[in-house]
Amino acid sequence: MKFIVFGHANKDTEAGVLPTGEEFAKMGKFIEELVKAGVFVAGEGLQPSSKGARITFGKGGKTTIKNGPFTESKELIAGFSIIQVKSLDEAIAWMSRTPSPEGSSLEIRQLFSDEDFAPVDPTGELREQDAKLRAEADERHGKS
Amino acid sequence: MDETQRRIEAVFRIEWTRLLAGLARFVRGDLGAAEELAQDAFVAALETWPHDGIPRDPGAWLMQVAKNRALKRIDRQRRWGEKEVEIARVVEDRQERAADAIEKAADDDIGDDLLSLVFASCHPSLSAESRVALTLRVVAGLTTEEIACAFVVPESTAAQRIVRAKRTLAESGARFEVPRGPELAERLGSVLEVVYFVFNEGYVATAGAEWMRPALCEDALRLGRILAALMPGEAEVQGLVALMEIQASRIGARTSPDGTPIPLFEQNRARWDHFLVERGLAALKRGEALGGAPGPYLLQAGIAACHARARTPADTDWRRIVACYDQLAAATPSPIVELNRAVAVSFADGPAAGLRIVDQLAKLPALEGYHLVPAVRADFLSRLGRHGEARAELERAAALTKNDRERALLVARAAALGTGRS
Repeated sequence: MKFIVFGHANKDTEAGVLPTGEEFAKMGKFIEELVKAGVFVAGEGLQPSSKGARITFGKGGKTTIKNGPFTESKELIAGFSIIQVKSLDEAIAWMSRTPSPEGSSLEIRQLFSDEDFAPVDPTGELREQDAKLRAEADERHGKS
Repeated sequence: MDETQRRIEAVFRIEWTRLLAGLARFVRGDLGAAEELAQDAFVAALETWPHDGIPRDPGAWLMQVAKNRALKRIDRQRRWGEKEVEIARVVEDRQERAADAIEKAADDDIGDDLLSLVFASCHPSLSAESRVALTLRVVAGLTTEEIACAFVVPESTAAQRIVRAKRTLAESGARFEVPRGPELAERLGSVLEVVYFVFNEGYVATAGAEWMRPALCEDALRLGRILAALMPGEAEVQGLVALMEIQASRIGARTSPDGTPIPLFEQNRARWDHFLVERGLAALKRGEALGGAPGPYLLQAGIAACHARARTPADTDWRRIVACYDQLAAATPSPIVELNRAVAVSFADGPAAGLRIVDQLAKLPALEGYHLVPAVRADFLSRLGRHGEARAELERAAALTKNDRERALLVARAAALGTGRS
Protein backbone atom coordinates (compact mmCIF):
# COMPACT_ATOMS: atom_id res chain seq x y z
CA MET A 1 0.00 0.00 0.00
CA LYS A 2 1.07 3.53 -0.69
CA PHE A 3 1.28 6.36 1.81
CA ILE A 4 1.91 10.04 1.39
CA VAL A 5 3.91 11.76 4.08
CA PHE A 6 3.47 15.50 4.52
CA GLY A 7 6.16 17.55 6.18
CA HIS A 8 4.66 20.51 7.97
CA ALA A 9 5.86 24.04 7.37
CA ASN A 10 7.56 26.19 10.01
CA LYS A 11 8.89 29.74 10.20
CA ASP A 12 11.99 28.87 8.23
CA THR A 13 10.31 27.00 5.39
CA GLU A 14 7.78 29.80 5.12
CA ALA A 15 10.60 32.37 4.96
CA GLY A 16 12.16 30.39 2.14
CA VAL A 17 15.25 29.57 4.19
CA LEU A 18 17.01 26.70 2.40
CA PRO A 19 18.34 23.78 4.43
CA THR A 20 22.03 23.92 5.28
CA GLY A 21 24.42 21.74 3.34
CA GLU A 22 24.61 19.39 6.29
CA GLU A 23 20.83 19.08 6.64
CA PHE A 24 20.54 18.52 2.93
CA ALA A 25 23.13 15.75 3.03
CA LYS A 26 21.42 14.06 5.96
CA MET A 27 18.09 14.08 4.20
CA GLY A 28 19.75 12.80 1.04
CA LYS A 29 21.22 9.92 2.97
CA PHE A 30 17.86 9.09 4.49
CA ILE A 31 16.16 9.09 1.10
CA GLU A 32 18.94 6.94 -0.29
CA GLU A 33 18.18 4.47 2.49
CA LEU A 34 14.51 4.46 1.48
CA VAL A 35 15.43 3.95 -2.16
CA LYS A 36 17.78 1.09 -1.32
CA ALA A 37 15.05 -0.59 0.69
CA GLY A 38 12.68 -0.34 -2.28
CA VAL A 39 10.34 1.90 -0.27
CA PHE A 40 10.70 5.37 -1.78
CA VAL A 41 8.34 6.24 -4.63
CA ALA A 42 8.47 10.00 -5.04
CA GLY A 43 9.02 13.21 -3.13
CA GLU A 44 9.22 16.97 -3.59
CA GLY A 45 9.76 20.08 -1.51
CA LEU A 46 7.33 22.98 -1.57
CA GLN A 47 8.15 26.65 -2.00
CA PRO A 48 6.81 29.03 0.71
CA SER A 49 3.10 29.71 0.65
CA SER A 50 3.90 33.35 -0.28
CA LYS A 51 4.41 32.02 -3.79
CA GLY A 52 1.06 30.24 -3.86
CA ALA A 53 -2.63 31.04 -3.92
CA ARG A 54 -5.88 29.69 -2.57
CA ILE A 55 -9.15 29.35 -4.40
CA THR A 56 -12.40 29.21 -2.46
CA PHE A 57 -15.57 28.07 -4.19
CA GLY A 58 -18.46 30.13 -2.88
CA LYS A 59 -22.17 30.16 -3.49
CA GLY A 60 -23.56 30.66 -6.98
CA GLY A 61 -20.32 29.80 -8.73
CA LYS A 62 -18.47 32.68 -7.13
CA THR A 63 -14.80 31.96 -6.59
CA THR A 64 -12.48 33.92 -4.34
CA ILE A 65 -8.76 33.98 -4.90
CA LYS A 66 -6.47 34.68 -2.00
CA ASN A 67 -2.77 35.07 -2.61
CA GLY A 68 -0.24 33.71 -0.15
CA PRO A 69 1.35 33.84 2.29
CA PHE A 70 -1.12 32.08 4.54
CA THR A 71 -0.75 32.79 8.20
CA GLU A 72 -2.02 29.64 9.88
CA SER A 73 1.31 27.89 9.32
CA LYS A 74 0.32 24.92 11.47
CA GLU A 75 -1.77 23.70 8.56
CA LEU A 76 0.79 24.37 5.89
CA ILE A 77 2.85 21.81 4.07
CA ALA A 78 6.52 22.17 3.20
CA GLY A 79 7.11 18.92 1.37
CA PHE A 80 5.88 15.44 0.71
CA SER A 81 7.09 11.92 -0.02
CA ILE A 82 5.20 8.93 -1.30
CA ILE A 83 6.30 5.56 0.03
CA GLN A 84 5.24 1.99 -0.62
CA VAL A 85 5.18 -0.33 2.40
CA LYS A 86 3.19 -3.21 3.83
CA SER A 87 1.36 -1.45 6.65
CA LEU A 88 0.85 1.84 8.47
CA ASP A 89 3.14 0.48 11.19
CA GLU A 90 5.88 0.01 8.65
CA ALA A 91 5.30 3.53 7.30
CA ILE A 92 5.62 4.88 10.86
CA ALA A 93 8.73 2.80 11.46
CA TRP A 94 10.41 4.25 8.38
CA MET A 95 9.33 7.84 8.74
CA SER A 96 10.21 8.02 12.45
CA ARG A 97 13.82 8.13 11.38
CA THR A 98 13.46 11.17 9.15
CA PRO A 99 16.30 13.54 10.07
CA SER A 100 13.87 16.34 10.88
CA PRO A 101 14.69 19.18 13.27
CA GLU A 102 13.26 19.23 16.79
CA GLY A 103 9.73 20.52 17.03
CA SER A 104 8.84 19.59 13.47
CA SER A 105 6.14 17.10 12.56
CA LEU A 106 5.04 14.77 9.78
CA GLU A 107 1.64 13.48 8.81
CA ILE A 108 1.22 10.03 7.27
CA ARG A 109 -1.86 9.32 5.16
CA GLN A 110 -2.77 6.24 3.18
CA LEU A 111 -3.46 6.77 -0.52
CA PHE A 112 -6.50 5.33 -2.21
CA SER A 113 -5.84 2.42 -4.52
CA ASP A 114 -7.91 1.45 -7.51
CA GLU A 115 -9.95 -1.16 -5.64
CA ASP A 116 -11.07 1.34 -2.99
CA PHE A 117 -13.36 2.96 -5.55
CA ALA A 118 -15.26 -0.22 -6.36
CA PRO A 119 -18.35 0.71 -4.23
CA VAL A 120 -18.94 3.98 -6.11
CA ASP A 121 -17.75 2.72 -9.49
CA PRO A 122 -18.97 -0.88 -9.76
CA THR A 123 -18.41 -1.22 -13.52
CA GLY A 124 -14.92 0.23 -13.33
CA GLU A 125 -15.79 2.69 -16.09
CA LEU A 126 -14.82 5.80 -14.16
CA ARG A 127 -11.57 4.24 -13.04
CA GLU A 128 -10.78 3.35 -16.64
CA GLN A 129 -11.43 6.88 -17.72
CA ASP A 130 -9.18 8.11 -14.94
CA ALA A 131 -6.39 5.68 -15.84
CA LYS A 132 -6.60 6.73 -19.48
CA LEU A 133 -6.21 10.39 -18.59
CA ARG A 134 -3.26 9.69 -16.33
CA ALA A 135 -1.54 7.67 -19.06
CA GLU A 136 -2.11 10.52 -21.48
CA ALA A 137 -0.80 13.08 -19.02
CA ASP A 138 2.35 11.04 -18.48
CA GLU A 139 2.89 10.81 -22.18
CA ARG A 140 2.56 14.57 -22.62
CA HIS A 141 5.12 15.16 -19.92
CA GLY A 142 7.44 12.90 -21.84
CA LYS A 143 7.78 10.47 -19.00
CA SER A 144 7.60 7.37 -21.09
CA MET B 1 -1.25 -7.61 19.71
CA ASP B 2 -1.06 -4.14 21.26
CA GLU B 3 0.06 -1.11 19.38
CA THR B 4 3.53 -0.85 20.89
CA GLN B 5 4.29 -4.43 20.01
CA ARG B 6 3.07 -3.89 16.45
CA ARG B 7 5.28 -0.83 16.16
CA ILE B 8 8.28 -2.74 17.42
CA GLU B 9 7.59 -5.58 15.06
CA ALA B 10 7.37 -3.17 12.12
CA VAL B 11 10.71 -1.62 13.08
CA PHE B 12 12.19 -5.07 13.38
CA ARG B 13 10.84 -6.03 9.99
CA ILE B 14 12.43 -3.14 8.20
CA GLU B 15 15.71 -3.61 10.11
CA TRP B 16 15.81 -7.36 9.69
CA THR B 17 17.79 -7.65 6.45
CA ARG B 18 20.47 -5.16 7.39
CA LEU B 19 20.74 -6.57 10.87
CA LEU B 20 21.14 -10.09 9.56
CA ALA B 21 23.62 -9.02 6.91
CA GLY B 22 25.78 -7.19 9.44
CA LEU B 23 25.62 -10.06 11.92
CA ALA B 24 26.39 -12.64 9.26
CA ARG B 25 29.58 -10.75 8.51
CA PHE B 26 30.31 -10.55 12.25
CA VAL B 27 30.04 -14.31 12.76
CA ARG B 28 31.93 -15.06 9.55
CA GLY B 29 29.00 -16.12 7.43
CA ASP B 30 27.22 -18.45 9.86
CA LEU B 31 23.64 -17.59 8.93
CA GLY B 32 22.16 -19.84 11.60
CA ALA B 33 24.05 -18.06 14.35
CA ALA B 34 23.27 -14.66 12.80
CA GLU B 35 19.56 -15.41 12.79
CA GLU B 36 19.62 -16.53 16.43
CA LEU B 37 21.42 -13.37 17.45
CA ALA B 38 18.95 -11.23 15.53
CA GLN B 39 16.05 -12.97 17.27
CA ASP B 40 17.72 -12.42 20.65
CA ALA B 41 18.03 -8.74 19.87
CA PHE B 42 14.36 -8.61 18.94
CA VAL B 43 13.38 -10.19 22.25
CA ALA B 44 15.56 -7.63 24.03
CA ALA B 45 13.80 -4.86 22.11
CA LEU B 46 10.40 -6.20 23.11
CA GLU B 47 11.53 -6.11 26.74
CA THR B 48 13.13 -2.67 26.68
CA TRP B 49 11.40 -0.46 24.13
CA PRO B 50 7.90 -0.45 25.64
CA HIS B 51 9.37 1.41 28.66
CA ASP B 52 12.21 3.38 27.09
CA GLY B 53 10.59 4.12 23.75
CA ILE B 54 11.90 3.14 20.31
CA PRO B 55 15.46 4.47 19.99
CA ARG B 56 16.22 7.14 17.42
CA ASP B 57 18.39 4.70 15.50
CA PRO B 58 16.84 1.31 16.22
CA GLY B 59 19.07 -0.49 13.70
CA ALA B 60 22.23 0.49 15.54
CA TRP B 61 20.63 -0.44 18.86
CA LEU B 62 19.66 -3.90 17.65
CA MET B 63 23.05 -4.47 16.06
CA GLN B 64 24.86 -3.47 19.24
CA VAL B 65 22.73 -5.70 21.45
CA ALA B 66 23.14 -8.65 19.09
CA LYS B 67 26.89 -8.19 18.87
CA ASN B 68 27.19 -7.92 22.64
CA ARG B 69 25.29 -11.19 22.96
CA ALA B 70 27.62 -12.79 20.46
CA LEU B 71 30.68 -11.63 22.34
CA LYS B 72 29.26 -12.77 25.66
CA ARG B 73 28.61 -16.19 24.25
CA ILE B 74 32.14 -16.40 22.99
CA ASP B 75 33.58 -15.21 26.26
CA ARG B 76 31.59 -17.90 28.03
CA GLN B 77 31.73 -20.83 25.73
CA ARG B 78 34.61 -20.29 23.33
CA ARG B 79 33.04 -22.80 21.06
CA TRP B 80 33.99 -21.43 17.70
CA GLY B 81 37.35 -23.19 17.80
CA GLU B 82 39.71 -21.93 15.15
CA LYS B 83 37.95 -18.63 14.86
CA GLU B 84 38.97 -17.79 18.42
CA VAL B 85 41.98 -15.73 17.54
CA GLU B 86 40.00 -13.59 15.22
CA ILE B 87 37.24 -13.24 17.74
CA ALA B 88 39.64 -12.41 20.53
CA ARG B 89 40.78 -9.53 18.38
CA VAL B 90 37.19 -8.39 18.04
CA VAL B 91 36.78 -8.52 21.82
CA GLU B 92 39.85 -6.33 22.30
CA ASP B 93 38.59 -4.02 19.65
CA ARG B 94 35.33 -3.73 21.44
CA GLN B 95 36.99 -2.62 24.65
CA GLU B 96 38.88 0.07 22.81
CA ARG B 97 35.99 1.40 20.85
CA ALA B 98 33.02 0.67 23.06
CA ALA B 99 32.07 4.33 23.15
CA ASP B 100 31.69 4.93 19.45
CA ALA B 101 30.54 1.47 18.50
CA ILE B 102 26.90 2.40 18.20
CA GLU B 103 27.61 5.38 16.02
CA LYS B 104 29.88 3.36 13.82
CA ALA B 105 27.34 0.60 13.31
CA ALA B 106 24.99 3.24 11.97
CA ASP B 107 27.50 4.66 9.54
CA ASP B 108 28.85 1.39 8.18
CA ASP B 109 28.30 0.91 4.52
CA ILE B 110 26.01 -2.03 4.76
CA GLY B 111 25.65 -2.42 0.99
CA ASP B 112 28.36 -5.06 0.74
CA ASP B 113 27.04 -7.05 3.70
CA LEU B 114 23.58 -7.05 2.21
CA LEU B 115 24.84 -8.22 -1.16
CA SER B 116 26.94 -10.90 0.52
CA LEU B 117 23.78 -12.08 2.24
CA VAL B 118 21.91 -12.23 -1.07
CA PHE B 119 24.71 -14.15 -2.75
CA ALA B 120 24.99 -16.56 0.20
CA SER B 121 21.24 -17.28 0.11
CA CYS B 122 21.45 -18.06 -3.61
CA HIS B 123 24.66 -20.07 -3.28
CA PRO B 124 25.19 -22.78 -5.93
CA SER B 125 25.71 -25.43 -3.22
CA LEU B 126 21.99 -25.11 -2.36
CA SER B 127 19.09 -26.72 -4.16
CA ALA B 128 16.79 -24.43 -6.12
CA GLU B 129 14.00 -24.63 -3.56
CA SER B 130 16.40 -24.01 -0.68
CA ARG B 131 17.72 -20.89 -2.38
CA VAL B 132 14.21 -19.55 -2.72
CA ALA B 133 13.22 -20.37 0.85
CA LEU B 134 16.43 -18.99 2.33
CA THR B 135 16.27 -15.79 0.27
CA LEU B 136 12.70 -15.13 1.31
CA ARG B 137 13.59 -15.78 4.94
CA VAL B 138 16.85 -13.92 5.38
CA VAL B 139 16.72 -11.26 2.66
CA ALA B 140 13.02 -10.51 2.25
CA GLY B 141 12.37 -11.12 5.96
CA LEU B 142 9.33 -13.34 5.50
CA THR B 143 8.46 -15.61 8.43
CA THR B 144 8.56 -19.38 7.92
CA GLU B 145 4.79 -19.32 8.21
CA GLU B 146 4.54 -16.83 5.34
CA ILE B 147 6.95 -18.87 3.22
CA ALA B 148 5.00 -22.06 3.88
CA CYS B 149 1.84 -20.24 2.90
CA ALA B 150 3.41 -18.89 -0.30
CA PHE B 151 4.44 -22.31 -1.54
CA VAL B 152 1.53 -24.21 -0.07
CA VAL B 153 3.66 -26.55 2.01
CA PRO B 154 3.34 -27.31 5.73
CA GLU B 155 5.19 -24.88 7.96
CA SER B 156 7.45 -27.66 9.21
CA THR B 157 8.56 -28.35 5.63
CA ALA B 158 9.42 -24.72 5.03
CA ALA B 159 11.26 -24.49 8.36
CA GLN B 160 13.18 -27.65 7.55
CA ARG B 161 14.22 -26.36 4.14
CA ILE B 162 15.64 -23.25 5.74
CA VAL B 163 17.46 -25.11 8.50
CA ARG B 164 18.91 -27.54 5.98
CA ALA B 165 19.95 -24.71 3.67
CA LYS B 166 21.80 -22.95 6.47
CA ARG B 167 23.53 -26.17 7.45
CA THR B 168 24.55 -26.91 3.86
CA LEU B 169 25.95 -23.41 3.53
CA ALA B 170 27.96 -23.74 6.74
CA GLU B 171 29.31 -27.14 5.69
CA SER B 172 30.20 -26.08 2.17
CA GLY B 173 32.48 -23.43 3.66
CA ALA B 174 30.97 -20.82 1.35
CA ARG B 175 32.63 -17.50 1.95
CA PHE B 176 30.45 -14.62 3.04
CA GLU B 177 31.35 -12.11 0.36
CA VAL B 178 30.34 -10.58 -2.92
CA PRO B 179 31.87 -12.59 -5.77
CA ARG B 180 34.15 -10.67 -8.14
CA GLY B 181 35.21 -10.94 -11.75
CA PRO B 182 33.87 -13.72 -13.95
CA GLU B 183 32.36 -15.50 -10.95
CA LEU B 184 30.09 -12.53 -10.36
CA ALA B 185 28.22 -12.92 -13.65
CA GLU B 186 27.54 -16.58 -12.99
CA ARG B 187 26.48 -16.13 -9.37
CA LEU B 188 24.38 -13.09 -10.26
CA GLY B 189 22.49 -15.28 -12.73
CA SER B 190 21.48 -17.54 -9.87
CA VAL B 191 20.34 -14.57 -7.76
CA LEU B 192 18.20 -13.13 -10.55
CA GLU B 193 16.72 -16.55 -11.21
CA VAL B 194 15.59 -16.83 -7.59
CA VAL B 195 14.03 -13.37 -7.62
CA TYR B 196 12.23 -13.99 -10.91
CA PHE B 197 11.05 -17.36 -9.67
CA VAL B 198 9.44 -15.72 -6.64
CA PHE B 199 7.83 -13.14 -8.92
CA ASN B 200 6.44 -15.76 -11.28
CA GLU B 201 5.13 -17.84 -8.42
CA GLY B 202 3.08 -14.79 -7.52
CA TYR B 203 2.19 -13.94 -11.11
CA VAL B 204 1.05 -17.39 -12.21
CA ALA B 205 0.73 -19.44 -9.06
CA THR B 206 1.48 -23.10 -9.65
CA ALA B 207 -0.06 -24.06 -6.33
CA GLY B 208 -2.93 -22.93 -4.16
CA ALA B 209 -6.42 -21.75 -4.89
CA GLU B 210 -5.57 -18.36 -6.38
CA TRP B 211 -4.24 -17.84 -9.87
CA MET B 212 -2.15 -14.89 -8.74
CA ARG B 213 -0.64 -13.90 -5.42
CA PRO B 214 0.28 -10.24 -5.73
CA ALA B 215 1.98 -10.13 -2.31
CA LEU B 216 4.65 -12.48 -3.62
CA CYS B 217 5.10 -10.29 -6.70
CA GLU B 218 5.59 -7.34 -4.38
CA ASP B 219 8.25 -9.17 -2.37
CA ALA B 220 10.10 -10.06 -5.57
CA LEU B 221 9.84 -6.49 -6.82
CA ARG B 222 11.21 -5.19 -3.54
CA LEU B 223 14.12 -7.64 -3.73
CA GLY B 224 14.75 -6.55 -7.32
CA ARG B 225 14.68 -2.86 -6.42
CA ILE B 226 17.10 -3.46 -3.55
CA LEU B 227 19.48 -5.26 -5.91
CA ALA B 228 19.16 -2.50 -8.49
CA ALA B 229 20.07 0.10 -5.88
CA LEU B 230 23.05 -1.94 -4.66
CA MET B 231 24.35 -2.89 -8.12
CA PRO B 232 23.44 0.06 -10.34
CA GLY B 233 26.02 -0.97 -12.94
CA GLU B 234 24.57 -4.40 -13.71
CA ALA B 235 22.37 -4.18 -16.81
CA GLU B 236 20.65 -7.49 -16.19
CA VAL B 237 19.54 -6.41 -12.72
CA GLN B 238 17.94 -3.34 -14.25
CA GLY B 239 16.48 -5.59 -16.95
CA LEU B 240 14.87 -7.93 -14.44
CA VAL B 241 13.46 -5.02 -12.43
CA ALA B 242 12.08 -3.48 -15.63
CA LEU B 243 10.53 -6.79 -16.64
CA MET B 244 8.91 -7.31 -13.24
CA GLU B 245 7.64 -3.72 -12.96
CA ILE B 246 6.00 -3.89 -16.37
CA GLN B 247 4.49 -7.33 -15.79
CA ALA B 248 3.24 -6.26 -12.37
CA SER B 249 1.58 -3.23 -13.96
CA ARG B 250 -0.90 -5.62 -15.57
CA ILE B 251 -1.95 -7.39 -12.38
CA GLY B 252 -5.16 -5.40 -11.99
CA ALA B 253 -6.17 -6.07 -15.60
CA ARG B 254 -5.26 -9.76 -15.84
CA THR B 255 -8.37 -11.26 -14.30
CA SER B 256 -12.08 -10.59 -14.54
CA PRO B 257 -14.01 -10.08 -11.30
CA ASP B 258 -14.77 -13.83 -11.14
CA GLY B 259 -11.07 -14.68 -11.39
CA THR B 260 -10.93 -15.80 -15.03
CA PRO B 261 -7.57 -14.96 -16.61
CA ILE B 262 -7.71 -12.32 -19.37
CA PRO B 263 -5.10 -12.67 -22.15
CA LEU B 264 -2.79 -9.74 -22.89
CA PHE B 265 -4.55 -8.60 -26.03
CA GLU B 266 -7.96 -8.59 -24.43
CA GLN B 267 -6.90 -6.70 -21.33
CA ASN B 268 -8.23 -3.25 -20.75
CA ARG B 269 -5.01 -1.30 -21.04
CA ALA B 270 -6.38 1.71 -19.21
CA ARG B 271 -6.35 -0.47 -16.11
CA TRP B 272 -2.64 -1.13 -16.26
CA ASP B 273 -0.82 0.59 -13.44
CA HIS B 274 0.80 3.49 -15.28
CA PHE B 275 3.02 4.20 -12.32
CA LEU B 276 4.63 0.76 -12.51
CA VAL B 277 4.89 0.99 -16.30
CA GLU B 278 6.77 4.23 -15.90
CA ARG B 279 9.14 2.72 -13.35
CA GLY B 280 9.68 -0.25 -15.63
CA LEU B 281 10.46 1.89 -18.65
CA ALA B 282 12.88 3.97 -16.58
CA ALA B 283 14.70 0.83 -15.38
CA LEU B 284 14.85 -0.44 -18.96
CA LYS B 285 16.36 2.84 -20.08
CA ARG B 286 18.97 2.66 -17.32
CA GLY B 287 19.82 -0.92 -18.27
CA GLU B 288 20.15 -0.12 -21.95
CA ALA B 289 22.27 2.93 -21.21
CA LEU B 290 24.85 0.69 -19.55
CA GLY B 291 25.76 -0.62 -22.98
CA GLY B 292 27.07 -4.01 -24.01
CA ALA B 293 25.10 -6.84 -25.57
CA PRO B 294 21.72 -6.99 -23.83
CA GLY B 295 21.11 -10.13 -21.75
CA PRO B 296 17.91 -12.17 -21.61
CA TYR B 297 16.19 -10.09 -18.90
CA LEU B 298 16.85 -6.80 -20.63
CA LEU B 299 15.58 -8.27 -23.91
CA GLN B 300 12.43 -9.64 -22.30
CA ALA B 301 11.91 -6.27 -20.65
CA GLY B 302 12.29 -4.69 -24.09
CA ILE B 303 9.50 -6.91 -25.39
CA ALA B 304 7.26 -6.18 -22.39
CA ALA B 305 7.96 -2.47 -22.92
CA CYS B 306 6.70 -2.64 -26.52
CA HIS B 307 3.37 -3.92 -25.21
CA ALA B 308 3.37 -1.38 -22.39
CA ARG B 309 3.89 1.53 -24.80
CA ALA B 310 1.07 0.45 -27.15
CA ARG B 311 -2.18 2.20 -26.29
CA THR B 312 -4.15 -0.51 -28.15
CA PRO B 313 -3.05 -3.96 -29.40
CA ALA B 314 -3.08 -2.53 -32.94
CA ASP B 315 -0.47 0.06 -31.92
CA THR B 316 2.04 -2.65 -30.99
CA ASP B 317 5.47 -2.22 -32.55
CA TRP B 318 5.82 -5.81 -33.78
CA ARG B 319 9.00 -5.09 -35.80
CA ARG B 320 10.76 -4.09 -32.63
CA ILE B 321 9.39 -7.12 -30.78
CA VAL B 322 10.63 -9.45 -33.52
CA ALA B 323 14.06 -7.78 -33.31
CA CYS B 324 14.11 -8.42 -29.53
CA TYR B 325 13.09 -12.06 -30.03
CA ASP B 326 15.81 -12.49 -32.68
CA GLN B 327 18.39 -11.32 -30.15
CA LEU B 328 16.82 -13.39 -27.39
CA ALA B 329 16.85 -16.52 -29.55
CA ALA B 330 20.53 -15.90 -30.31
CA ALA B 331 21.41 -15.28 -26.64
CA THR B 332 19.37 -18.11 -25.11
CA PRO B 333 18.11 -20.46 -27.82
CA SER B 334 15.01 -22.33 -26.71
CA PRO B 335 11.94 -23.78 -28.43
CA ILE B 336 9.69 -21.64 -26.21
CA VAL B 337 11.42 -18.44 -27.27
CA GLU B 338 11.09 -19.63 -30.86
CA LEU B 339 7.37 -20.23 -30.42
CA ASN B 340 6.92 -16.71 -29.08
CA ARG B 341 9.04 -15.36 -31.90
CA ALA B 342 6.71 -17.11 -34.36
CA VAL B 343 3.74 -15.23 -32.86
CA ALA B 344 5.57 -11.91 -33.14
CA VAL B 345 6.58 -12.68 -36.75
CA SER B 346 2.97 -13.56 -37.60
CA PHE B 347 1.92 -10.04 -36.57
CA ALA B 348 4.87 -8.33 -38.25
CA ASP B 349 4.96 -10.32 -41.52
CA GLY B 350 1.63 -12.13 -41.61
CA PRO B 351 0.37 -15.52 -40.37
CA ALA B 352 1.97 -17.48 -43.22
CA ALA B 353 5.46 -16.41 -42.04
CA GLY B 354 4.57 -17.41 -38.47
CA LEU B 355 3.24 -20.75 -39.65
CA ARG B 356 6.52 -21.58 -41.40
CA ILE B 357 8.41 -21.17 -38.10
CA VAL B 358 5.92 -23.12 -36.03
CA ASP B 359 5.82 -25.98 -38.55
CA GLN B 360 9.56 -26.40 -38.03
CA LEU B 361 9.04 -26.30 -34.27
CA ALA B 362 6.32 -28.93 -34.33
CA LYS B 363 8.94 -31.44 -35.47
CA LEU B 364 11.05 -30.97 -32.32
CA PRO B 365 10.71 -33.79 -29.81
CA ALA B 366 11.13 -31.25 -26.98
CA LEU B 367 7.79 -29.69 -27.80
CA GLU B 368 5.91 -32.91 -28.38
CA GLY B 369 2.72 -32.89 -26.34
CA TYR B 370 3.05 -29.17 -25.55
CA HIS B 371 -0.44 -27.76 -26.00
CA LEU B 372 0.64 -24.28 -27.02
CA VAL B 373 2.15 -25.52 -30.32
CA PRO B 374 -1.21 -26.62 -31.79
CA ALA B 375 -2.91 -23.64 -30.13
CA VAL B 376 -0.55 -21.20 -31.85
CA ARG B 377 -0.80 -23.10 -35.15
CA ALA B 378 -4.58 -22.93 -34.89
CA ASP B 379 -4.42 -19.17 -34.52
CA PHE B 380 -2.27 -18.77 -37.64
CA LEU B 381 -4.45 -21.18 -39.64
CA SER B 382 -7.65 -19.42 -38.70
CA ARG B 383 -6.14 -16.05 -39.65
CA LEU B 384 -5.28 -17.63 -43.01
CA GLY B 385 -8.92 -18.67 -43.38
CA ARG B 386 -8.13 -22.39 -42.99
CA HIS B 387 -10.82 -22.91 -40.36
CA GLY B 388 -11.18 -26.68 -40.57
CA GLU B 389 -7.48 -27.27 -39.89
CA ALA B 390 -7.56 -24.62 -37.17
CA ARG B 391 -10.43 -26.36 -35.42
CA ALA B 392 -8.61 -29.71 -35.45
CA GLU B 393 -5.52 -28.06 -33.94
CA LEU B 394 -7.60 -26.42 -31.21
CA GLU B 395 -9.15 -29.75 -30.34
CA ARG B 396 -5.70 -31.29 -30.17
CA ALA B 397 -4.52 -28.47 -27.89
CA ALA B 398 -7.58 -28.91 -25.65
CA ALA B 399 -6.79 -32.61 -25.26
CA LEU B 400 -3.18 -31.82 -24.31
CA THR B 401 -3.61 -29.07 -21.71
CA LYS B 402 -3.78 -29.93 -18.03
CA ASN B 403 -5.44 -26.69 -16.99
CA ASP B 404 -9.25 -26.82 -16.81
CA ARG B 405 -9.84 -23.14 -17.47
CA GLU B 406 -7.55 -23.22 -20.46
CA ARG B 407 -9.22 -26.34 -21.86
CA ALA B 408 -12.62 -24.69 -21.65
CA LEU B 409 -11.24 -21.68 -23.50
CA LEU B 410 -9.74 -23.82 -26.29
CA VAL B 411 -12.93 -25.87 -26.69
CA ALA B 412 -14.95 -22.67 -26.92
CA ARG B 413 -12.64 -21.28 -29.58
CA ALA B 414 -12.89 -24.50 -31.58
CA ALA B 415 -16.67 -24.38 -31.38
CA ALA B 416 -16.66 -20.74 -32.49
CA LEU B 417 -14.92 -21.75 -35.71
CA GLY B 418 -18.07 -23.69 -36.62
CA THR B 419 -18.27 -26.87 -38.62
CA GLY B 420 -17.62 -25.35 -42.05
CA ARG B 421 -14.98 -26.82 -44.30
CA SER B 422 -11.73 -25.07 -44.90
